[in-house]
Amino acid sequence: MTTTLEQPTLAVRNLDISYRRGSRVSPVVRDVSFTIRPGEAYGLVGESGCGKTTVAMSIMRYLPDNAIVSDGSGITFSGEDALSAGKGTLRQWRGGRIAMVYQNPGASLNPSMRIGAQVAEGIRVHSGLSSAECTEKALEMLAKVRIPDPAACARRYPHELSGGQQQRVMIAMALSGNPDLLVLDEPTTGLDATVEAEVLELIKQLREEFHTAVLFISHNLGIVAQICDRVGVLYAGRLVEEAPADVLFAAPRHPYTRDLLRSVPRHGVTKSAGMLATIPGSLPAPGTALTGCPYAARCELATDRCHIETPAAESHGTDHTVSCFHHDRTRAVSEVERFSETERTTAEVLLEVRNLTKRYRTGGHEFTAVSDVSFDLHRGEVFGLVGESGSGKSTIAKCIAGMIHPSEGTLQFEDITLSKRPGRAERTMRRKIQMVFQNPDNALNPRHPVRRILGRAVSLLNDRLRGRGREDRVEELTSSVRLEPRHLDVRPGALSGGLKQRVAIARAFAGAPSLVLCDEPVSALDVSVQAAILNLLVELQVAQDVAYLFISHDMSVVRYLADRIGVLYLGQLVEIGTADAVFQPPHHPYTEALLSAAPDLDPDEARQRIRLDGTYPSASAPPSGCRFHTRCPRALGDVCRTQEPPWQDTGKGNRYRCHIAPEDLLRRIKSE
Amino acid sequence: MTSTETMAAPATGQAAPRPASTAAKARRREIVRGLLRSPTFLIGAVILLFWVVDAIFWHAFAPHDPQQIFLQTLQGPSGVHLFGTDNLGRDVFSRLLAGASPVLTIAPAATALGLLGGVVLGLFTGYYRGVLDDVAMRIVDAVLAFPLVIIAVLVLTVLGSGELPVILLIAVTFVPGVARTVRAAVLTQRELEYVAAAKLAGASGPKIMFTEILPNVTGPIIVEGTVRLGYAIFTSATLSFLTLGIQQPSPDWGLTISLGQVYLQVAPWIVLFPALALATLVVAVNLVADGFQRVLDA
Amino acid sequence: MIGFITKRLGLSVLTLLLVSIIVFAVSQVLPGDVGRTILGPYATSDQVAQLNHSLGLDRPLPVRYLDYMWGFLHGDWGKSYLLQEPVTGLVLGHLGDSLLLGGFALVIAVPISLGFGVLAALRRDKFTDRAISVTGLSLIALPEFVAGTVLLVVFGVSLKWFPVSSSVPLPDVVDVFRQFMLPAIPLMFVLFGYISRMARAGTVDVLESAYVRTAVLKGLKPGRVIGKHVLRNSLLPAITVVSAQVGYAVGGLVVVEKLFNYPGIGQLIYTSATGHDLPVLEAAVLVIAVIYTVANLCADLLYGVLNPRIRLAAA
Repeated sequence: MTTTLEQPTLAVRNLDISYRRGSRVSPVVRDVSFTIRPGEAYGLVGESGCGKTTVAMSIMRYLPDNAIVSDGSGITFSGEDALSAGKGTLRQWRGGRIAMVYQNPGASLNPSMRIGAQVAEGIRVHSGLSSAECTEKALEMLAKVRIPDPAACARRYPHELSGGQQQRVMIAMALSGNPDLLVLDEPTTGLDATVEAEVLELIKQLREEFHTAVLFISHNLGIVAQICDRVGVLYAGRLVEEAPADVLFAAPRHPYTRDLLRSVPRHGVTKSAGMLATIPGSLPAPGTALTGCPYAARCELATDRCHIETPAAESHGTDHTVSCFHHDRTRAVSEVERFSETERTTAEVLLEVRNLTKRYRTGGHEFTAVSDVSFDLHRGEVFGLVGESGSGKSTIAKCIAGMIHPSEGTLQFEDITLSKRPGRAERTMRRKIQMVFQNPDNALNPRHPVRRILGRAVSLLNDRLRGRGREDRVEELTSSVRLEPRHLDVRPGALSGGLKQRVAIARAFAGAPSLVLCDEPVSALDVSVQAAILNLLVELQVAQDVAYLFISHDMSVVRYLADRIGVLYLGQLVEIGTADAVFQPPHHPYTEALLSAAPDLDPDEARQRIRLDGTYPSASAPPSGCRFHTRCPRALGDVCRTQEPPWQDTGKGNRYRCHIAPEDLLRRIKSE
Repeated sequence: MTSTETMAAPATGQAAPRPASTAAKARRREIVRGLLRSPTFLIGAVILLFWVVDAIFWHAFAPHDPQQIFLQTLQGPSGVHLFGTDNLGRDVFSRLLAGASPVLTIAPAATALGLLGGVVLGLFTGYYRGVLDDVAMRIVDAVLAFPLVIIAVLVLTVLGSGELPVILLIAVTFVPGVARTVRAAVLTQRELEYVAAAKLAGASGPKIMFTEILPNVTGPIIVEGTVRLGYAIFTSATLSFLTLGIQQPSPDWGLTISLGQVYLQVAPWIVLFPALALATLVVAVNLVADGFQRVLDA
Repeated sequence: MIGFITKRLGLSVLTLLLVSIIVFAVSQVLPGDVGRTILGPYATSDQVAQLNHSLGLDRPLPVRYLDYMWGFLHGDWGKSYLLQEPVTGLVLGHLGDSLLLGGFALVIAVPISLGFGVLAALRRDKFTDRAISVTGLSLIALPEFVAGTVLLVVFGVSLKWFPVSSSVPLPDVVDVFRQFMLPAIPLMFVLFGYISRMARAGTVDVLESAYVRTAVLKGLKPGRVIGKHVLRNSLLPAITVVSAQVGYAVGGLVVVEKLFNYPGIGQLIYTSATGHDLPVLEAAVLVIAVIYTVANLCADLLYGVLNPRIRLAAA
């Protein structure tokens, strides 16, 4: 149990893990090595299925029974062999010297045990304190993770806490044993942007306070850039590059890292600056046998050698290693392609939303999902709708699509008012409104081949078009979304996420839509395929002269795509205007918070960050006065609590709903 | 009491990879392979097959006419009468072979009818909702869980016993249960976006139900069907035993046991062999159902 | 919680109401002419009408239903056609004896089934699990009379360990086991099949849950993980399953009591069914419905009390 300063807290050597499924053995982690020094934050990034969670679980020695860790693998924890540690030792380590925080905190807490007892339990096991002392210590830990009233929280059950609070409890629990290593597996995935920002801030502060080494696992490059000292990039189970965070993001050497960084829309970049760089193809399915470099199939630098031989890790300067034969050529930046045209915005109103309100009634409680929302959508524009979960953005889309009916308000589409029971003419008109959904897995009927899915849409949307005409239209659609004819004869299950989303997009364009509702169309996709879908959406929009209602929680994506933007908070529109104006101060304090919560890939760019306190209020009991006052960092006091704020016009193309006038707001922001 | 492996990690494939291609054919092949790999399914299937063949071709196997009366009554197993004779002097072995037929007619017919009604009802209630909201469903649940045998006794007493009433009764009591299962599956499917997309394209309700949703809920329907078949055999045999089902002189196993009970002390073979036959049949059906359930849920 | 209780209570009352209407309809409306049924084909239509009148069968249905329910709620359940005795005493007497037998089966089967179900889950996919699962699966399928017949032949006729027909036991442990063991086993088989299966499924779900992972990775001992984190969450749903099985057990009693000649309510139902003694049958079925509904209600309430999500829900 001796820990010298030179000794790394965690050393992973040549880790190889496969899963056994029947007679098949599929490798998921291949020859991964890295070390974490005491007090260091190490980030492990990769897309879904790259093996990052398997690495974390192998460190905790909590792999499923069908996992095989090959003989050459080594994991040492402060110099002690973790792979051969006995049960007793493992129990001492887990929760004591190594602790873990997971994705989905709600499921990670025992639903039938009080919070206090759950935190105290771990302390009891590792400290040998008395029961009363443990309770005391648990309250102390809850206070450390900035839970407002620890004693009250300790008496609660998990379901009584918000997601952000649940994750704070998990962190308190993990830190209660004062561990040498804290493993964080996607700790903020699934949380809302502003809550995510809070939790990340907390993790940063606690790192300074506890000096714990951290293994931070994430698919989000921006978050890793923000938290970690050093970063390792996983692709298909291999560690392809490792470097200090600033070096990696500024000067990546592996083509995959570079391509990935380039394909993410940077802060403030818009479509007029050019297309996003895309990565061809899709991720290899987890567990497929690979020879050579795992990235070779998608890499523009790949040569024959890359397909045959696996590149070994090479060092570059201190702390920078890369596994690529051609890393010297990676730095060359390729030409940015431009869209032929990006703006088709006209002043003609396509859809007029007036006083839209949608109330739901569940179990005697009534809550208002959307409250008095009005906006115009112009022909040929991209209107971005942003907000956190529960803000009502999907509800608005569903109302427009006619999937649900508004409780109040009117929707005027082209020249007709949409009604609850549409007649023949309106039904024909409604076909011009189509939708692209978030999850392409659910959006395509798994039982039908692609040809049938598209064929049905073509014939339903084009007055029962049949025969040759239908076939032609299907093929035309296929090529317009860059699918290959061979994709037509498979079922969706055989396609990757990106290809499925292309099918879904093709279906939306099967008729002649004038409005396509895009509900988070890329957020379920892997980062490396998002760019291609975004490019495709822009191209189709311009070519077909279609308007988009583009719903997203990702500010960078909305910034890139949208011409105009509406910001929703708790079912209310709090700001609306041109994208340029909304993204610049003066804007609504909530917009400001959303913008500063968005993780950024350029750590050098010092941005003033504002943080929100408190939790997202429930829509069944919205706060009085300004709905945002409970969390607003710029709240004035009583006036915000009691009076509904007026609309303020900045004169620069945006309006927001706040008691603070634009000039005052600007002055306040500048003074910070 | 607990193995260390269990505490190390549940044996799941959470993090384990799924096979890349889930194309329908591969899936079907996987299902068949999964079934063939399960020894319990295979045992069940072989026994079930045996009884089905027997139910159809028993004339070819039975050494005597099951209704033929021999002079020696209540005779123990011998070379002439393999399983002995009953109180009227009929050959127990021949009656055993012939006795598979009634139960394997009643139970599948009742299951098929109940399944048909339940699937249609489940599709409609699940797709249109509102018609039967949660409270109504809960009441149906409560009434449903009421012991079927008791309801059957009451109804058959009043309506008269026989083959057809038993089939109808079992079918009717199956409908709400099947409907509930199908409804639950439909409820999850209808929330998926492919249904919304079909609606946006202007497809009609019944069309969405039968061409979009139905192909996606076949799994639960198959499982429900096999489980229900076992339950139908259980119930129809029990009703025969209570002499409320099929009537004399049918060689039906349940009825034979009921009538032979009086001779238990002197001629136990009259009841023992049909009981064993019935036991193998119901266990076999359950093993088959379990096999389907395991493979289709995986 | 109060909302939960009233909702469940209302649901139970509604269920009973529904069952009583169904039972009434089946036994009073479907048979058609009761007077004719009783008197036979050779009676004159005047005689039939007179009997129907004296039985009150010529009044409108809702009146007859209300009248019947009024009587039922006041303990007047009519008179047996066969035995010419008041139904109330007949049914309640037999019911008591049945509860003894059914209770015996439940008390033994429930803990054993829960234990084996949990054990199977902990040994998931190992030999123990497969053995328990296949056994349960086979036992579930066995109609009570099939298992009972085999048991009778082996332990009653051949080995002569137990009597071939059971009677109400003396207040003596040995006699209780002697009289009840054989008839209870078929009931226990079916109970074991259902309950162990549910307990296994519940436990497997919990073992796979993220919070059990949290508990293990806290460094807790396996015993504590299972005791504190697994069992409490996995056995909670089993409460409702067990209560639902009370109903099935009652169904099984009809069969078992006929087979073993045990004078319980099942036997009564059987004899009154074969003898067309509708008042007895009707009352017996309703009583069973009451017992069944009350059992479910208790289970639901217990579940609510033990489940913080429900207990703490705002009324």
